[in-house]
Amino acid sequence: MADTHETITGNRGLQLEESLIFEQSSEGRLGVDLAEPPHVENRLGGLEREGPIGLPDLSEPQTVRHYTRISQNNYGIDSGFYPLGSCTMKHNPRLNEKVARLPGFASLHPLQPVSTTQGALELIDACAHWLKVICGMPAVAMSPAAGAQGELCGMMAIRAALEDRGDVRKRVLVPESAHGTNPATAAACGYAVDTIPANERGRVDFDAFVAKLDTDVAGIMLTNPNTCGLFETDIIKIADAIHDAGGFFYCDGANLNAIMGRVRPGDLGVDCMHINLHKTFSTPHGGGGPGAGPVVLSEALADYAPLPFVTHGEDGFDLVEHKTGKAAKAFGRLKGFHGQMGMFIRSLAFMMSHGGDGIRQASADAVLNANYLLAELKDTLSPSFDGPCMHEALFDDSFLKDTDVSTLDFAKAMIDEGFHPMTMYFPLVVHGALLMEPTESESKETLDQYIDALKGLTAKAKAGDAAYFHDAPRLTPRRRLDETSAARNPILRWRPPVDEAEAAE
Amino acid sequence: MSMKFTKDHEWISVEGDTATIGITNYAQEQLGDVVFVEIPDAGKQVDQGDDTAVVESVKAASEIFAPISGEVTEGNAVLEDAPAIINSDAEGDGWIFKMTVSDASQLDELMDADAYKSHLAELE
Repeated sequence: MADTHETITGNRGLQLEESLIFEQSSEGRLGVDLAEPPHVENRLGGLEREGPIGLPDLSEPQTVRHYTRISQNNYGIDSGFYPLGSCTMKHNPRLNEKVARLPGFASLHPLQPVSTTQGALELIDACAHWLKVICGMPAVAMSPAAGAQGELCGMMAIRAALEDRGDVRKRVLVPESAHGTNPATAAACGYAVDTIPANERGRVDFDAFVAKLDTDVAGIMLTNPNTCGLFETDIIKIADAIHDAGGFFYCDGANLNAIMGRVRPGDLGVDCMHINLHKTFSTPHGGGGPGAGPVVLSEALADYAPLPFVTHGEDGFDLVEHKTGKAAKAFGRLKGFHGQMGMFIRSLAFMMSHGGDGIRQASADAVLNANYLLAELKDTLSPSFDGPCMHEALFDDSFLKDTDVSTLDFAKAMIDEGFHPMTMYFPLVVHGALLMEPTESESKETLDQYIDALKGLTAKAKAGDAAYFHDAPRLTPRRRLDETSAARNPILRWRPPVDEAEAAE
Repeated sequence: MSMKFTKDHEWISVEGDTATIGITNYAQEQLGDVVFVEIPDAGKQVDQGDDTAVVESVKAASEIFAPISGEVTEGNAVLEDAPAIINSDAEGDGWIFKMTVSDASQLDELMDADAYKSHLAELE
């Protein structure tokens, strides 16, 4: 089939085949006409460059077309549905971007005197206030740069509090479905990781958890809703049990999007929780944009929050930068400056433009959308657990049994249908997992099209057309990638071809 | 002796004082193409259940646990350049490391081939 569409140029209609910029170089071709540099005495002391710098020579229109063409190969949340589970790929409101680009915010420097940055400090304070109210927690550390650093911040606060009372403990309990960063964080903080199994409902096995509790347990790291998209129904009992054992409760707030405006982590007995501003409150995610991972803290941990932080000073807002006064117990500094200012601006814009009622509706819509997928697909795909889900729907690969189609093949075929695939093979507790998170941004029409595509593909797989899946994707600029060779023999950079004449010399 | 198996899909085969450890054919099928193996250094002391090696495939990175306690005597250096051997011969040339047996009674806790086969049947 595909062969009948071969073209002379390699272009496919207006989807243009683009070579590497280095391969387009033509020696001496220039984008600008610069004046000859004046002759100056060489003062580099023998350190001058020996050969050409190796940048490609292109004209300006060539360069513009190159970057335009490769940008057209991008697929992002602005192009279409991106149901990557656990990632919360929601729409990024343009208002947030506009506000973040205001020169009064965008041109600030963190070392400016605080008398000249009162507006920025007020914004950090206001953002902190919203986070504390949403979470029902008395304090928040704003500086952590991302979710994983937020985890580190929370666990360092727990360690500082334990050491402060002379109670050094050795173990941290982590459920087996946790994000990999949880055990990594506990280990980075010097704790041994003790895994808690899940029950058949996909939640923490409470009895197994209690059996592991003793005076050596520093805390538990629990994600709620968890990575199977399920609310941890025993969470208050878990919080009480860990507190009775003298430990602390770290909640991974990666999935706050499912409960914001409805459940306050503070009411669940949480001692600290990081918030992924960059997924919960929009802002770029998944494309390499900066993250931000503020950590809300309970009364028991508030004194150990890292430096610096914003306070209401005698003369307006002020920054606490040293371990003195009310910061005497701060565990230290995690980051050079005050946090990801650009993310604070965008998330405050998100929170204020939605308002309390809008935030409450966003979490409801996110959960409704995921349950719509689950309800429409439960007889076609194989749901991993019974009952409704929270913000993401999890399926295993048993619906593909005996079809010779794997989760990977199925996901590749979705690309031809115009969708970014869902998360595959995570969480690890489910065989051949397919994890879908529609978020609140998607319309019913988008979800219906996606459901139709999944139903059609499943029918095709069950009809025995495994070859179709093994060859997918067919309509992309590049076909199925050879992941094995790419991992075993990666080619990480372009190298100039060896000139045959030169090689012969 | 014949091979014994763990529920984490490792096999162990003991000859004299030395045990050879690898992952089962079922494990390599589940992992898919193996792209990297981190083998332990000789002389490393391990307790039963310790992370001893890492097998990374296109799908996941998996820790390999020591099925028994002892001292690592050799890692299969061939795997560093040719990790695909685990896919082609998981229970033979794709062995991962050899170790001493410090407590032979630990072997009794492991599954024989028949028990492992029924363990796999339960997973299906």
